[in-house]
Amino acid sequence: MANVEFMGKSFEVDEDGFLLKFEEWTPEWVDYCKDGEGIKELNEEHQKVLDFLQDYYKKNGIAPMVRILSKVTGFKLKHIYELFPSGPGKGACKMAGLPKPTGCV
Amino acid sequence: MAKHKTPLLDQLESGPWPSFVSDLKLEAEVRAKNEKNVNYQIPVEVVEDLLGVLELSFTDGETHWKHGGIVGVFGYGGGVIGRYCDQPEAFPGVAHFHTVRVAQPTGKYYTTEFLRQIIDIWDMRGSGLTNMHGSTGDIVFLGTTTPQLEEIFYELTHDANVDLGGSGSNLRTPAACLGQSRCEYACYDAQGLCYDMTMEFQDELHRPAFPYKFKFKFDACPNSCVCALARSDFSVVGIWKDEIRIDQEAVAAYVGGEFAPNAGAHSGRDWGKFNIQTEVCDNCPSKCITYADNKLTINDKECVHCMHCINTMPRALMIGNDRGASILCGAKAPILDGPQLSSLLVPFIKVEEPYTEVKDVVENIWDWWMEEGKNRERLGETMRRMGFQKLLEVTNTKADPRHVQEPRHNPYIFWKADEVDGPWERDVNEYRKRHQR
Repeated sequence: MANVEFMGKSFEVDEDGFLLKFEEWTPEWVDYCKDGEGIKELNEEHQKVLDFLQDYYKKNGIAPMVRILSKVTGFKLKHIYELFPSGPGKGACKMAGLPKPTGCV
Repeated sequence: MAKHKTPLLDQLESGPWPSFVSDLKLEAEVRAKNEKNVNYQIPVEVVEDLLGVLELSFTDGETHWKHGGIVGVFGYGGGVIGRYCDQPEAFPGVAHFHTVRVAQPTGKYYTTEFLRQIIDIWDMRGSGLTNMHGSTGDIVFLGTTTPQLEEIFYELTHDANVDLGGSGSNLRTPAACLGQSRCEYACYDAQGLCYDMTMEFQDELHRPAFPYKFKFKFDACPNSCVCALARSDFSVVGIWKDEIRIDQEAVAAYVGGEFAPNAGAHSGRDWGKFNIQTEVCDNCPSKCITYADNKLTINDKECVHCMHCINTMPRALMIGNDRGASILCGAKAPILDGPQLSSLLVPFIKVEEPYTEVKDVVENIWDWWMEEGKNRERLGETMRRMGFQKLLEVTNTKADPRHVQEPRHNPYIFWKADEVDGPWERDVNEYRKRHQR
């Protein structure tokens, strides 16, 4: 476990760089993550994915299935990988501040 | 001198079986000496520390790996299993100990040139330890650090021309028996189909898009040497439709004792003289084999293709010439709702390049399961929840007696509205005209 300082904010993260507490998420977190996730500039489409993940998580307490993410955003999985090269789990969920995906991965 | 004392593990160096402890110690030594002058990219003492943490687990009877781990390479959603030690100060060499799954050639035939090439990559950028192979089939590279993942991936793809395997909620690495490469029972080119399907569905393998994991396995005959029926959601098992070919002279050679039954598989014990009646005819599950007047006859219409007679007399009995495969679906381990073997879906399908018929079945299943499958629900569980009938519908398969072991014994039978006369919507007042309250 480590603490990350960025633009005057402090974030508690695990080894994989996931936020330990969803409540600690701030827009600065996204800026901090993007290089490590292979993203140069965030656009509206990135934002749409992040917003949906956060809404869904707040409402349901879990991350949505990939299919639901695709359906609601209208982005095919291929496009989601173009936006987030390490994919919806390791990339988008991490930047949105959601807990680390678990299970047989 | 070893870094950690390992008295419990040391006991596993005795005995006749190849000792993984001795092998680990040897590798630890090779790394410490570094006679080849390898520019090690992860701690030199990784193997020592692995032995140390394993000894600690032996001592206290508990695992010392933290929960989960999400690492990978850009572009893919799987292929690497992240892992961190929960005692990183005591065992810094395995603070990161990620597993990389590498796609294996079907049938696992190798040249030393290829193996040397990938192991050179792994010696430098990983622990030097492997699992040959994971149960699903992958070459498993055991233990490296996060910064090395992209480096390993670059060298595997650019230099060794080999990709990662699958992990996560996706198509996992397919595997096949060694099929026609060296088995006379092979009813189709299991390796050919396995390779073709792996290449066809690379997207589904590398980027998780499914409700849960999904596995293909390809057995070229019902002996099932890759256990497709038990270990894959989509099991393809070779079969033939026409007659078993009989060489009566070879049958006589078995009866006469010139050929050993089961190719000598039971030669370690004296089972007496080969008795074709008790060892073949009487063991046939459908009792469709007779041996009379020095002649073996098979009533092929009643044969269930169990392989017993062919396995017993491989030089006399051969698979038929009209070959293909059966497709079975839904095998899984117990979690969540109990273990399942695959259930027969397509009794017979031709298996010929470019394998369009087989791929159509897969794609129809995926279309349905990706839409209807719940989060973390295996195909076998979706089949149970929604009914086998639904699987038949989505794969355009006509229901057939071969789809069941026995018919249902309960009368809770659903009918579709258009199968019954008149609509479901009935007026109770009409009924009351004939039946008073």
